Amino acid sequence: MDRRLDGNVAGGILGEIFPFEMTSAIATCATCGRTDPIGAFMAYASAIGTVLRCPCCDTALIRLARMKGRYWMDMRGVRTLQMSEHR
Amino acid sequence: MAESPVSRAFRGRRQSGEVEARLPPGQYLERGFPVLSAGPTPHTPLNRWDFSIVGSVERPKRWTWDEFRALPHEAVTADIHCVTKWSKLDTHWEGVSVDTLLAQVNSEADYVIAFSDGGYTTNLPRDHVTGGRAWVVDAYEDGPIPPEHGGPARLLVPHLYFWKSAKWVRGLRLADEDEPGFWETMGYHNLGDPWKEQRYTGD
Amino acid sequence: MEGTALHRRLTWQMGEVVETRPETARARSLTMAMPEWPGHQPGQHVDVRLTAEDGYQAERSYSIASPPEDRPKVTITVERLDDGEVSPYLVDEVQVGDHLELRGPIGGYFVWKASLGGPLLLVGGGSGIVPLMAMLRHRRAVGSTVPARLLYSARSQEEVIYHGELGDLMRRNDGLLVTYTLTRQQPPGWTGYHRRIDEELLREVVWPAHDHPRAYICGPTQFVETAAMTLVALGYAPTIVKTERFGPTGGG
Repeated sequence: MDRRLDGNVAGGILGEIFPFEMTSAIATCATCGRTDPIGAFMAYASAIGTVLRCPCCDTALIRLARMKGRYWMDMRGVRTLQMSEHR
Repeated sequence: MAESPVSRAFRGRRQSGEVEARLPPGQYLERGFPVLSAGPTPHTPLNRWDFSIVGSVERPKRWTWDEFRALPHEAVTADIHCVTKWSKLDTHWEGVSVDTLLAQVNSEADYVIAFSDGGYTTNLPRDHVTGGRAWVVDAYEDGPIPPEHGGPARLLVPHLYFWKSAKWVRGLRLADEDEPGFWETMGYHNLGDPWKEQRYTGD
Repeated sequence: MEGTALHRRLTWQMGEVVETRPETARARSLTMAMPEWPGHQPGQHVDVRLTAEDGYQAERSYSIASPPEDRPKVTITVERLDDGEVSPYLVDEVQVGDHLELRGPIGGYFVWKASLGGPLLLVGGGSGIVPLMAMLRHRRAVGSTVPARLLYSARSQEEVIYHGELGDLMRRNDGLLVTYTLTRQQPPGWTGYHRRIDEELLREVVWPAHDHPRAYICGPTQFVETAAMTLVALGYAPTIVKTERFGPTGGG
């Protein structure tokens, strides 16, 4: 029984950082090259932080934590991120 | 953090008004056992599981599941403290002391990086996992550790915040230099002593 | 125009609860007045944050039930989970006049608006009906006649959320067909489906793949994955089946 959910769950905190609609932002996994909207990736979210993973190879694309007025983001698992100007 | 207005009459699941001397600063008592995960629950079959000590050692050491289970085990009762502020008192585990495991290798290294199935890592000073302060546990409350809580085996280092007690642990890598792990590179404190409330970098 | 929204980052906004409405024994709708609401699209969700007196906070995501046409009001429908931390508070405690912190709208992936056309296939399990209802309410609000089929799986008729309103929507005769499957208990004389969705049921209910429908599936993870796999087996291209999973217990 995994606590994973759609990447939609990461949309809230990503939306605090990026001025774009982030669940439809398209990410390319740096490990396997899978390219999909963030909403289609797997999000593991809890009070300690949020980890967005590739549904194919489980690579952590994005790690997010927020504490003391600061966001920490590790994006080493993202090769490319595409964000649209338009809704 | 900026002040959020209080939601009238909201308490969550916590126990109101219980202030225990056993709770480190900022913690509340939790009777459940929350599951926080950074990735999918691994399901390594026991016949493929092993535990290794590698890295800055004269010779690496490896145990299969059967070999690990045959090592001397101890019962451990511990209070555990999560950096997300819940504490659970008197949890019962069984496992092998890290002292016992490290006695099987020759190493002068000062740091230990625990590594797990799924890629999670956490770093500890060697003297924080020796002297009877850490175990690799394989039983919880008289049964196997449930997968969502880190089974078949996890690290248990109860004197530090619980993110240091790596779930699904598969080994320890000894290192001469410290290497911050999965959450330590994400703003969490490098050591994590709950009694000094070392939650975040710079605390 | 809606399409040229300003670039803005999400922030937490305070809303006042202006209406509460019981939907079923376990579910309740809460409507908030959100003065700074930027608008939303049907299918999006909000995050709700609660703060206890000692500063403890809990956050959960809830699909928006109201159509964008209700702006600046935003309605969520919450189902109480017995061991939930947040849902019992929202369903049993919150009153008109209370304030809630919301962050949103979130989600550009699981969105349908009438301009996207159809035919439209909506498959909902339990509280997964909520974002689909926002889509249907929007469809009604703009007078759309895009052909739409809703397949709604619930344990019993008593657990069907929006039952009356769905009946009203069908009676408009504007191209919407609602099919229920009641999996545990059925009312006397029930002649409809009474089993979990399977390939045969879906084949009888859904648009044929060659109609190129837009499909949205929402509900508990297991339900969504079964439905999505089955639609693909029926010839739906995986890329046009959009899913929103509520997690193993459906929400919290």
